[in-house]
Amino acid sequence: MAERLPIFLFALVMAAIPFIPGMPPFWIALLDNIGLSALVAMGLVLLTGVGGLTSFGQAAFCGFGAYTTAVLTTAYGLSPWLSLPLSLIVSGIAAVVLGLITVRLSGHYLPLGTLAWGIGLFYLFSKLEFLGRNDGISGVPPLSIGSLKMIDPGTIYFAIWIAVLLSALLTVNLLDSRTGRAIRALRRGHVAAEAFGIHTPRAKLLVFIHAAVLAGLSGWLYAHFERTVNPTPFGVQAGIEYLFIAVVGGAGYVWGGVLGAAIVVILKEILQSYLPYLFHGEGQLETIVFGILLVMLLQLAPTGVWPWLTARLPGKPGRKRPDTSLTLPARPQAAATAAVLLRIDNARKQFGGVVAVNNVSFDVHAREIVALIGPNGAGKSTTFNLVTGVLTSSGGRISVLGKDIHNAPPQEVVKLGVARTFQHVKLVPDMTVLENVAIGAHLRGHAGAVSSLLRLDRADEARLLAEAARQIERVGLGDQIDQLAGNLSLGQQRIVEIARALCVDPILLLLDEPAAGLRHMEKQQLAALLRQLRDGGMSVLLVEHDMGFVMNLADRIVVLDFGTKIAEGTPADIKAHPDVIKAYLGAVA
Amino acid sequence: MNTTIMLFLVQDGITNGAIYALLGLALVLVFAVTRVILIPQGEFVTYGALTYASLSSGHVPGTARLAVAMGVVAFCLDLYAGRRSLHRRLVGRAVAVNIILPSIVLALTSWTAGHPSGIAINIALSLMIVAVIGLFLYRIAFQPIAQASVLVLLIASVGCHLAMQGFGLVFFGAEGQRAPPLSTASFTVGPLRFTGQSIAVYVITAALMIGLWLFFGTTLTGKALRATAVNRLGARLVGIRTSLAGQIAFLMAAMIGAISGILIVPITTLYYDTGFLIGLKGFVAGIIGGLVSYPLTAIAALFVGLVESFSSFSASNFKEVIVFTLIIPVLVLRSLAAPAVEEDKD
Repeated sequence: MAERLPIFLFALVMAAIPFIPGMPPFWIALLDNIGLSALVAMGLVLLTGVGGLTSFGQAAFCGFGAYTTAVLTTAYGLSPWLSLPLSLIVSGIAAVVLGLITVRLSGHYLPLGTLAWGIGLFYLFSKLEFLGRNDGISGVPPLSIGSLKMIDPGTIYFAIWIAVLLSALLTVNLLDSRTGRAIRALRRGHVAAEAFGIHTPRAKLLVFIHAAVLAGLSGWLYAHFERTVNPTPFGVQAGIEYLFIAVVGGAGYVWGGVLGAAIVVILKEILQSYLPYLFHGEGQLETIVFGILLVMLLQLAPTGVWPWLTARLPGKPGRKRPDTSLTLPARPQAAATAAVLLRIDNARKQFGGVVAVNNVSFDVHAREIVALIGPNGAGKSTTFNLVTGVLTSSGGRISVLGKDIHNAPPQEVVKLGVARTFQHVKLVPDMTVLENVAIGAHLRGHAGAVSSLLRLDRADEARLLAEAARQIERVGLGDQIDQLAGNLSLGQQRIVEIARALCVDPILLLLDEPAAGLRHMEKQQLAALLRQLRDGGMSVLLVEHDMGFVMNLADRIVVLDFGTKIAEGTPADIKAHPDVIKAYLGAVA
Repeated sequence: MNTTIMLFLVQDGITNGAIYALLGLALVLVFAVTRVILIPQGEFVTYGALTYASLSSGHVPGTARLAVAMGVVAFCLDLYAGRRSLHRRLVGRAVAVNIILPSIVLALTSWTAGHPSGIAINIALSLMIVAVIGLFLYRIAFQPIAQASVLVLLIASVGCHLAMQGFGLVFFGAEGQRAPPLSTASFTVGPLRFTGQSIAVYVITAALMIGLWLFFGTTLTGKALRATAVNRLGARLVGIRTSLAGQIAFLMAAMIGAISGILIVPITTLYYDTGFLIGLKGFVAGIIGGLVSYPLTAIAALFVGLVESFSSFSASNFKEVIVFTLIIPVLVLRSLAAPAVEEDKD
């Protein structure tokens, strides 16, 4: 495949390097170190750059991998190859335990939490008797295949770089999949992702484990490379260094992790070997220069070197158009016989003393467009959030097709066929329109993380992308399909959100101010689309401020004011309703 | 464990906790205003302490020269940033702040080093030197990337920490130092002996906290800093210069760090790299306080100090393990109590 060609070439070059005549073994050792750091940094790219979870504690996971194999091979005489899966499993289990606590931390607590257990684990490694305290464990056997012992840097080189290349391939695979989209959506907050059925804590835990296992692999290799293990390389200082390897390389890019490792390791090496000559052996100068260079680098290229580099390379890879002939089976639905699709019965929401939604009741029937209008602060968006499970209600009953959704989480509500858009657009700006819309079809795909890693998900993936492409065509954004969502105008982004909601294959579409930011023609196209959806059997509940748009489109209108329903009826009724006029224009003097 | 030991541990814990509280406050202050997680806070502590120690032994500390060098860089950056509209006032301010101020400090330092001087003068000079370094640190390292993500700022902060720690070794050497106490008086209450130094720690910590509280509650500058913390764009729209707010925040954090350092250097031997761990514990307190609340941070810091002193008595090997893992349950509780607000990162 053409997209794999650069990776293949890179692998060839890396394989050829040790055979260059006159290659100093010192350089090979340097490349070994780069590979070891790259493995950890790659995990951090996924965790921090893509998933938005900053971790200072990755070095501790290296420690789990390294100590596991050190203890097993020295104290129990196990073969290193047998200890490999165990090292990975121990790192993985540590990640599950720490992750279960950590991913629940919100905002800035999360990196700080990782800092805390990173330091704690470092001291634990250096105090435990069976891990050799501060001296660590020495005499770890080298890796060996048959009679070939990988003692010198030149032989273990192959083990390290095969691990790097395989891990990079698997990580790239993971990102380019259904699970990958869920991970990439994490950084923009959890509300939008959860509205389409993504279990954000589970997705976070997954990247956490992935990153930890990569770090564990690096630790395992490290133990057999250095043949000795002590706590120093697993402390928070090292954790911070991995983090900045990822940032220097480009925190959002898998290959940025490798590039960053190369830059940082080589830079440190150069500084350590040449600075003493320049400044007559004054100690610690390399940390000074290193720190200053780091700050300068961030000021010049805050997104990292990899994107800076790729933007300057000629030739952009063409994107493949999804094959729209593939179809996704319709969402399994309960027999939709009930005439009442959505019933809101005395719904109530209080924020402290403020009653945002005050015992509001109304129904949405099948094949109907209902508009929810009212002045700003009337409780319209809050009502949406109650229906979609973003907020828990303080009272009342909400049911879809007769099924009570009382305070069900958003992931359950969307399974009933209720899809929504947001008043403040919640797309992932650095994903393409196609990828964003495909998030909507999340629940209609089945491929899990493991099959994504191994590329066994392609059939499932192709169907999801085909469905996304069809919905993009349907809303009229076919020309923008490969654009980054962040580059579209606000109005177009709202339409992308509608396409994403349509990917759910919904029976009820909740649109929060869909026409805001649209031009007149675009509004008419949107109205035509919504009518067409209704005629196809879907119901639409929309919040909108453009009265002309609402009055021409809606079958029925519900008016809220200060959280209370003041009127309900056909557009003609509402236009003449005295309370509505009062709410919008004030009392007639 | 008998009552006497317990009282000793409590006393020790409170003394350390007071220092952590100061550092925690500084971290909260800087984070709130600039979104920078100030890893070099520990370096401010060691710079303050070791500068004071050098001055006390009659040397000119290298930090004074560092301040001048940083001033020159900051001056160039100021000129470069304002190159499109260089007018007299801008250049004048740049010269005054970046060149004249650190030069005066260096001149004073050199002069005092040749003359035997009192503790008060040494302390004042140490504070000035570190404060100026803090100001320039923001100008040079963070002001150009003030809009970057928290992560990028954090990594830059790590870079500053590395560079400053390296400079610390160059200036002060690898040996630990102590400095004369603020007061040698002491008295005993029951089994407990209070030194003048520990009383000074309590008094100065309390005074600083009240001072900060008044500063943020009543002065216009304090309110401007708070406004910047809440919303940078909004603050700019109402005419607050956010870069100035950042400089003030760093200056204050550096002063607080230096004060903490001067307070502890008579009690414990400080090395050029001790600051990192002390700063981190202040950090733990700041986190428990949620990086927003000053009183909570202060209480949390006392708590951290107490936990540390008790665990160093009963499980000294695992002291650090206990202190640092302790905050995880607190973090979980805080996260549960204040469920995630949807935030727009980047």
